[in-house]
Amino acid sequence: MMPDLGKYAFAVLSSYGVTIVLLSVIVLASVRRARKVRAALDEIENRRGK
Amino acid sequence: MSLWEYANPVKFIRTTDKVLPWVWTLAGLCLVSGLVWGFFFTPNDFRQGSTVKIIYIHVPSALMAINAWLMMLVASLIWIVRRHHVSALAARAAAPVGAAMTVIALATGAFWGQPMWGTWWAWDPRLTSFLILFLFYLGYMALWEAIEDDDTAADLTSILCLVGSVFAILSRYAVNFWNQGLHQGATLSLDKEENISDVFWFPLLVCIAGFVLLFIALVFLRTQTEIRARRTRALLAREGQA
Repeated sequence: MMPDLGKYAFAVLSSYGVTIVLLSVIVLASVRRARKVRAALDEIENRRGK
Repeated sequence: MSLWEYANPVKFIRTTDKVLPWVWTLAGLCLVSGLVWGFFFTPNDFRQGSTVKIIYIHVPSALMAINAWLMMLVASLIWIVRRHHVSALAARAAAPVGAAMTVIALATGAFWGQPMWGTWWAWDPRLTSFLILFLFYLGYMALWEAIEDDDTAADLTSILCLVGSVFAILSRYAVNFWNQGLHQGATLSLDKEENISDVFWFPLLVCIAGFVLLFIALVFLRTQTEIRARRTRALLAREGQA
């Protein structure tokens, strides 16, 4: 299944590795902050609504 | 219905809430299928060997690094001219995504350059202008964080964005302007004669679509977050005054 990357395996795998890590970090950080900020706003709005 | 209706934060959040699941799904599908297709099912190039597989991440990320800044430029101009908060917040939301794309383009370029050019880095016009673009991203994000008043931050970052656009455009056309250095010309061309072979071109197109959709999904989500964060700050300030 794994293609033969020959002598350039390090370059190719490192490129894909760095990309997957960076994209995962930006997606997870964005989702996490979105949840956190949403929860904080909901709490304040609920408090003000009471 | 006018496009400016989406400048209303509530309308923006309501609309993007409906669209976001579709954009996330399409982005995931395109990214996974494009990358799997490119990595596992395309041949090695007769000159570059397996390093040609780096094209499926390097070209889309470089494209998005430049276009993210151009999107920020449009959003900043809308802020300067029409004072719509959503546009300023969308520009702010796009910056970290654009910066990540720039790092990916720089890193994958270095991994490709080492075996092909014999060096990780060269002070070539394209590479240098790209590095400066990355520094502009950092400066832009730092300026937003450094200024407490949201409107003042939006004003100053918009001006910085206008200045940085020079480097976004230079990054795109550096090869044509200076015609020297190691970096080759555009990989993609509408001219069939000059374009890359279809066997590389089709998976690359799918990857580009995936990166564009991922960028849109992230900007929508992050803009929603910025709108909510701004509202939170406003409510807290009101509570503090009471």
